[in-house]
Amino acid sequence: MIGLYSPGTSFVHRAPTLLKLFLLSLCVLVIGISPDPRLIGGAFLAVVVLFVVARVPVQAAVAQIAPILLVLLVAVPIQGLLSGWTVAALTASRLLVAVALAALFTMTTTVTAVLEAFQILLRPFHRFIDADRVGLLVALTIRCIPLVSDIVREVFEARTARGTRGSLQSIAVPVVVRSLYAADALGEALIARGLDD
Amino acid sequence: MSSIRFEQVSQSFGDRSVLRDVNLTLDGHRIGIVGANGSGKSTLVRMINGLVTPTSGTVTVDGQNVARHAREVRRKVGFIFTNPDSQIVMPTVQEDVAFTLRRRGLNAEQIAERTAAALKQFGLSEHAEQAAHRLSGGQKQLLALAAVFVAQPATIVADEPTTLLDARNARRISEQWQALPQQLIVVTHHLHLVEEFDRVIVIEEGEVVADGMPAHSLAAYRALLA
Repeated sequence: MIGLYSPGTSFVHRAPTLLKLFLLSLCVLVIGISPDPRLIGGAFLAVVVLFVVARVPVQAAVAQIAPILLVLLVAVPIQGLLSGWTVAALTASRLLVAVALAALFTMTTTVTAVLEAFQILLRPFHRFIDADRVGLLVALTIRCIPLVSDIVREVFEARTARGTRGSLQSIAVPVVVRSLYAADALGEALIARGLDD
Repeated sequence: MSSIRFEQVSQSFGDRSVLRDVNLTLDGHRIGIVGANGSGKSTLVRMINGLVTPTSGTVTVDGQNVARHAREVRRKVGFIFTNPDSQIVMPTVQEDVAFTLRRRGLNAEQIAERTAAALKQFGLSEHAEQAAHRLSGGQKQLLALAAVFVAQPATIVADEPTTLLDARNARRISEQWQALPQQLIVVTHHLHLVEEFDRVIVIEEGEVVADGMPAHSLAAYRALLA
């Protein structure tokens, strides 16, 4: 979700987030338990059509799905030898369709929309859970991933620039210290923006 | 425009005294604050937003004591930090600007309308759905400005907002300032940015050593540096 959102106005983009979440869960469940290869094949075709309708850039879509292909490259031969090639093919197809559906969801849904959906889902539990706070927590977690990754990159660059290799400690200490400073600054920014309660 | 008053304000961090008996009234349209590193200027402006509470003395905004009414004051006073990366909270540009309007009793349509207007004003409309962390340094600072501006505060305080920017982006930020109707209080090391302001205050070792028209205050500051 960190910059994965692919802007658009298709019906896939405009569909209510809760509906998309429900359909995603339902599809993954049905595909997961169905032994019918025709159903999985149909689901695969449907996902391809949805990607085309949503006009998600091919390169971005492939980048989302490629990691699972690498996993399957190792897992399918092992499962094929142990449980048979039909089972291996079915498992691989199920995983591929599930990951493609999840990728389609993240690429056509903004973080704000997901947070709002979670807030609606958590509303019945408002006595025990502050949905707004949970939403903020999720947003900050997502935001902090590129922030920390930038810090790690800069620490590595600084180490390279100084021509040193150093130990794990020489990387961990500046990363942790800078992350704490960044967290402090982010906290101040939240206060300044009126989210201090 | 807000009337900001510092009365007998002092601030210490441990044994180190950062501000000493500061008495000031900030009620002009555009006010610059300059001073050497560690002079206390950032601490001074952070007090306006309640990010720092004075060790002694009081800071008031339109008569409201910031220490006691911080939340109300923050609705009037927006704050821009040196590093825009520290103040980006949401993943996309549009979402980050809209984030400021949370808990302000606005409906989704009003939030979308005001967000779009702020993005347009700061030339970020075409980046609305881009990942905020992938913007350039100048665009990030414009985003920070838009995220503060969208709340329509009476006063915008900026703590060295151009320090991390190149000359072109610093000029872009400066041009945006000129157009803002809000009261603007800017801490900076880039003296040319405040030359056209209404008033410039010089802080040295926790005290106000010059306060007046830019030409007068900047000459005093340059003399200090010489």
